[in-house]
Amino acid sequence: METLLFVLFGGTAAVGALAVVLSQNVVRMAFYLVISLGSTAGLFFMLGADFVGATQLLIYVGGTVVLLIFGVMLTASGPFITIKTAPSQVIIASVVGLAFFGVLFLTVLQVDWNANSARLESEYSASSLERIGYNEANVGNTARSLGAAFLGARFDEDLGRDRKELSSGYLLPFEIISVHLLVVLVGAAYLARAKRRVTRIEEE
Amino acid sequence: MTAAVMATTLSEYLQTADWAFLPLDAVWADAAAAVVHITLLAIFFGLPAFVFIWAERKVSGRIQDRLGPTRVGGKFGWLQSLADGVKLIQKEDLWPKAADAMLFRVAPYLVVVASFAAFLVLPFSSDWVALALDAGLFVALALLSLEVLGIILAGYSSGSKWSLFGGMREAAQMVSYEVPLGITAVIPVAIAGTMNLGEIGSMQSGWFINWFLLRDPFTFLAFFVFFTVTLASNKRAPFDLAEAESELVGGFHTEYSGMRWSFFFLAEYASMWFVSALAAILFLGGWWTGIGPLDAWVAETLGGFTANILGFVVLVTKASVLVVVQIWIRWTLPRLRIDQVMMTCLKYLVPISCFLFLATVLWSLFLPHVACFGLAKGMGERTAVMAAAPRAGDLSAVDAPAVDSVASFSPSGEGRR
Amino acid sequence: MNEIALEGYLGIGALLFVCGVLCMATKRNGIGVLMGVELVLNGANVNFVAFSKFGTLGLDGQIASMFVIVLAAAEAAVALAIALNFYNNHLTIDVDRANELKG
Repeated sequence: METLLFVLFGGTAAVGALAVVLSQNVVRMAFYLVISLGSTAGLFFMLGADFVGATQLLIYVGGTVVLLIFGVMLTASGPFITIKTAPSQVIIASVVGLAFFGVLFLTVLQVDWNANSARLESEYSASSLERIGYNEANVGNTARSLGAAFLGARFDEDLGRDRKELSSGYLLPFEIISVHLLVVLVGAAYLARAKRRVTRIEEE
Repeated sequence: MTAAVMATTLSEYLQTADWAFLPLDAVWADAAAAVVHITLLAIFFGLPAFVFIWAERKVSGRIQDRLGPTRVGGKFGWLQSLADGVKLIQKEDLWPKAADAMLFRVAPYLVVVASFAAFLVLPFSSDWVALALDAGLFVALALLSLEVLGIILAGYSSGSKWSLFGGMREAAQMVSYEVPLGITAVIPVAIAGTMNLGEIGSMQSGWFINWFLLRDPFTFLAFFVFFTVTLASNKRAPFDLAEAESELVGGFHTEYSGMRWSFFFLAEYASMWFVSALAAILFLGGWWTGIGPLDAWVAETLGGFTANILGFVVLVTKASVLVVVQIWIRWTLPRLRIDQVMMTCLKYLVPISCFLFLATVLWSLFLPHVACFGLAKGMGERTAVMAAAPRAGDLSAVDAPAVDSVASFSPSGEGRR
Repeated sequence: MNEIALEGYLGIGALLFVCGVLCMATKRNGIGVLMGVELVLNGANVNFVAFSKFGTLGLDGQIASMFVIVLAAAEAAVALAIALNFYNNHLTIDVDRANELKG
């Protein structure tokens, strides 16, 4: 069952990503991107990261891609614009891409991940990796632990731990990212505000 | 798998039961359970469209002093939707020359899939849920927000000005209205301390004064804001700018015909019912009748299964009443202009929902034991009682640590900070 | 349960990453380049979440991927604003036309 779902989601994600590269029409690219990102959300659900998967669907697919399509609509000078890539560039890109992918994939296959994580576990003290209490990252239902971690409390790690050994949460990065989002909001609104538009005649 | 899934309980039953060809292997039991769930969900996905398209025509007829459909299926014409469906299947499936044929054909399916997927996390009764996720509400909103993509793609790929305008309006409207939708949906979450829809619902058991609607003045208002926003996010009138007939012919679906056209409406009516059910669970006590002793009596004397059936009937009734209100609003109010729609959202609904959220949280902080506008005992004590007492039906669908943490994460504010 | 080991997910992540890089490199449409960036970030996310399940990363991996998603949304908003500005000035979104600073 797990294998079947992995092949389904992973296959769709891969095919979608390839189609994004190969397609020339921007809106079709956006559609394939949706397919790819949606299947990746499925992979996240399979990996027991339900909250991350839902965030991926809400923010990436429902927000960012809609924004991108909106951008396509606003910047399209004609219907179904396609900006072609030169054939020589396509050849070079495919060679480089294949080589790059080969390197990455070989690396993935060569490294013995089990030994690696075993080594990591032995290097750190056993207690710091041993998860007491909630160990939800493996079974899904991570919403509560994630929320608490963002507020600086790690009860996925810290339950039953001595006060001095508490691990740090993510409150500061969370606050920074909130301010960052506010800055982005203001900045994007400033950049995109209506200005005098150069007419075609002036440009020519 | 990902979570405590109700399919698991069904598949466990199939693996342990002993009659006919049972017990099954684990894989086959999982598959059978999945098929059963999908079939049930598909029925509940299709039924709202079937019933409410008829209801829409009937209600609009009554409002306009007409009879509405009367011919098909007896006196009230209640088989009208079936007749419509048969007619639509027969229609030729065509697409314009200027259209991007692939996207044009795929877009309706995208809409239907998004709307259907949202039903996965909707609890139909205290134990009846296909996927009892801890982040259920979040997942539901995320899946609903995918619907807009299909509509934008439909609008863009039609190769028609009207469709493009419809798609762009829908994009702008949906992206803006998702903000107040999220904030107002977070209000019950802040009270309940969980995003699990099953737990949110089960916290509102007992008398109807326990419903989040009546908890404090701010949640009372929040319900109406939520309802307004769901109207807009389902592009229902008065916010149906994406398909404004008087300006855009048919908006994003101008170029569609036959079954593809009807898919949009299938999805629209299904998600209308879905958001109504969501509103019922978040604010209106979900599957509880509102008469505490009645629920308890049914659960004790008639058993958990009957209690679930009662809960299901109650939830369907509440949601359907809300859908009828949506239809009523559609045929009563005139359509807004697009700038008015955006202004309503950005200048009014977003600040109002932010204020309501803040006020509800402050209420929980300072008046934790006061509910129903101060008329009744508050949530804090009741949650503890609820966690201690046996409930209608076992909460096998909800995993044990989550239930424990409901008790410890009491909304009174002490457990949370 | 763990029939698909870490390698499968890392492979998908690598594929998404490479597709994203190629997309960034070959597309001349500014928004296409943006989509490439999204794919790259998504490939990284798959790795984070995969390590959070199979490796020793635990919840930290999921938190990192949450930050990546949020930052990607922010990046897309700003980049889109820039793209709109670019379109207003050049009446096209072909990034090869942005060559005014060329010596």
